[in-house]
Amino acid sequence: MNKLWLIIKREYLTRVKKRSFILATILTPLAFGIFFIVVGFIFSYESGETKRIAINDPGNILNVSKIPNTKTITYSKPDKNLEDLKKDVLEKKYDGVIAIPVISNLYDKKIEVDYFYEKDQLDIESQASVQKSLERFLRNYKIRELQLDKKQLDALDTEISLRTKSVLNEAKDTSKRAAVGAGIGGFMGFIMYMTVFIYGTMVMRSVMEEKVNRIVEVMISSVKPFQLMMGKIIGVGGVGLTQVAIWAILIPLISIGVQLFFGFDAEQMNSEMSGAGTNMDEDELKYMINQFWIEMGTLNWFMIVPLFIIYFIGGYFLYASLFAAVGSAMGDDLGEGQALTIPITIPVILAFYIMIAVLKAPNSNLAVWSSIFPLFSPIIMPSRLAFDPPVWQILLSIAVLIGTSIFAVWLSARIYRVGILMYGKKVTLKELGKWMFYKG
Amino acid sequence: MNILTLENVRKTYDKHVAVDNVSFNMPKGCVFGMLGPNGAGKTSLIRIITTITRADSGVVLFNGEPLNSNHPSKIGYMPEERGLYKKMKVGDHLLYLARLKGLSKSEANFEIKSWFEKFGIEDWWDKKVEELSKGMQQKIQFISTIVHKPGLLILDEPFSGLDPINTNLIKDEIDELHNNGTSIIFSTHRMEQVEEVCEFIVLINQGKNVLEGSVKDVKNQYKDNLFKLDFDGSFPEELLARTNIISQKENSITVQLQEGEDSNTLLRHLIQHDVHIHSFNEILPTLNEIFIKKVESSNQQNITTPA
Repeated sequence: MNKLWLIIKREYLTRVKKRSFILATILTPLAFGIFFIVVGFIFSYESGETKRIAINDPGNILNVSKIPNTKTITYSKPDKNLEDLKKDVLEKKYDGVIAIPVISNLYDKKIEVDYFYEKDQLDIESQASVQKSLERFLRNYKIRELQLDKKQLDALDTEISLRTKSVLNEAKDTSKRAAVGAGIGGFMGFIMYMTVFIYGTMVMRSVMEEKVNRIVEVMISSVKPFQLMMGKIIGVGGVGLTQVAIWAILIPLISIGVQLFFGFDAEQMNSEMSGAGTNMDEDELKYMINQFWIEMGTLNWFMIVPLFIIYFIGGYFLYASLFAAVGSAMGDDLGEGQALTIPITIPVILAFYIMIAVLKAPNSNLAVWSSIFPLFSPIIMPSRLAFDPPVWQILLSIAVLIGTSIFAVWLSARIYRVGILMYGKKVTLKELGKWMFYKG
Repeated sequence: MNILTLENVRKTYDKHVAVDNVSFNMPKGCVFGMLGPNGAGKTSLIRIITTITRADSGVVLFNGEPLNSNHPSKIGYMPEERGLYKKMKVGDHLLYLARLKGLSKSEANFEIKSWFEKFGIEDWWDKKVEELSKGMQQKIQFISTIVHKPGLLILDEPFSGLDPINTNLIKDEIDELHNNGTSIIFSTHRMEQVEEVCEFIVLINQGKNVLEGSVKDVKNQYKDNLFKLDFDGSFPEELLARTNIISQKENSITVQLQEGEDSNTLLRHLIQHDVHIHSFNEILPTLNEIFIKKVESSNQQNITTPA
């Protein structure tokens, strides 16, 4: 036990003290922060220049003297015919001319409007903006000409908001739960996926290095191979927890810092990134964010956080021990051993894709069974936790996961103790299977 | 008292028999040579003794008790293929290895410091292992092997990759440890080293021990009754019938005594015949010759009598 502790301590401290660890731990959240700042600037970027667009409207369809300007377009409606306006464009009085045709058939649903320019094509955003303005004016024009009642027309547009309520608790609207649950679930699943890969391969590489630089034989003349392997797995796991914990503190701090210093917040950016922000006014956005926090508050964090840690530990032990076994079988040639990692990485990647499907249907058969299957459950179950899965499923899944983790550690230890002393042999999966049955 | 007793130790990997019913005794406090060609099973045997692996069958007694988990702390093992954590600081590294051998922090500190003083390398403590030359690393490796004062020291090809200066340094340390009562197993295929330092040997070939005993006994056992004589005068004709002349130069002759003859009789005859003797030496086989002879003959047997 004492020796195991010494090994854990060394494995942990040598990594945590490394400059590369400190840099990665601090710089990653900073990099995220910088990424958001840059993205924010990119999306809030406006091409400074404004386009001067003249409108030629012989049919007086717009019925106004002028279309309201936007940030990037200045409209004007000079009393000139199209040919003169085109000349004006060549003389650089305008950047372009919009020629609105005379509309003969009011029931025409498709109308072609020409835009003439000299050399600066309309960018996509301006095109959309122009189209939108024209569509609005045309709608009003048709309402006028067809002599429709605008009020009645407006009444045709109905907005539905679906309130989902449990029969057991009708006071509570759970409609935001799906979105919030998917967000939280996806986040936790993603963290599991990343940590399994990052720290699993860290264990694998370290086992391989010990074997390649031949310290391992010196080590196991003092300690049991099992102690060495466990010490490494636990030590690296500790490194992982440390890193995730530091990130959990730093990332919110930095994002708050970003908001304070640069005056835009992550939510706004998200909505801009998804393109939804253009249609959403500020009040609505604030309401959504508010709803999000309310919903976050209703989640059972006292259950989610400990369960997440259980799945984190179980999943980590399961995969890290398998990675350790593979590392022990690798020789000096990293590329050759890479093939052995495939049987481990495939379930992890598969689980990640299943998770995406599960987030859409968190109570489907796929979700239930993949969150019990131990190679998937460490990623799938955390992603379902926000959807209140039945208790029996959680318990069963944890029991299966813990059992499988113990089995994986045992199995890996048997492969490991043979593998670390085996040199100069090309190892196949079949070979690994044989090692399990070697005697002491 | 034997520090190590092996009885019918056997170890197989898959279908390959690495150690095949090996038995021998190693007296306490001696320097013991474990000889054998490459791939004979020396390392497999050492791994069993150091509890790295377990024998499939047979008994290994350490100080009279069957091997158990307390014994590794009494054994110092320097493997043939050795290495250190390259990124660790020398001092920390030695502390770590010493503590894994069961030393407390202060004991380990004290021992390592005194070794550093002895080798004059006090300023290495905070250097990283990778900053040291290969020879320096070997020194560190050696210190790590003996820092816990093992009763049994196992050195697998200890001089491979060492320059002559470091070889001598380590040799002197081995001598000193031997004088202080440490039992030492010396595993090698380089015979000249064995003759210099070992008192007892065991010869392993193809997993079996084909020869064991004290170096003196083994040599006597394999001597061919050869004598080399430097003299003035002429070699008496009458003696020619009683000896086989192996080689002859002007004033020097190598003879083999026939069965039943001994060297004193020969000398007496020579003196009677007024031969003026400058030197008279028995030619003992070198371990190298015995080694090659034994290995070849045991390989021969295996070919003629397939298992």
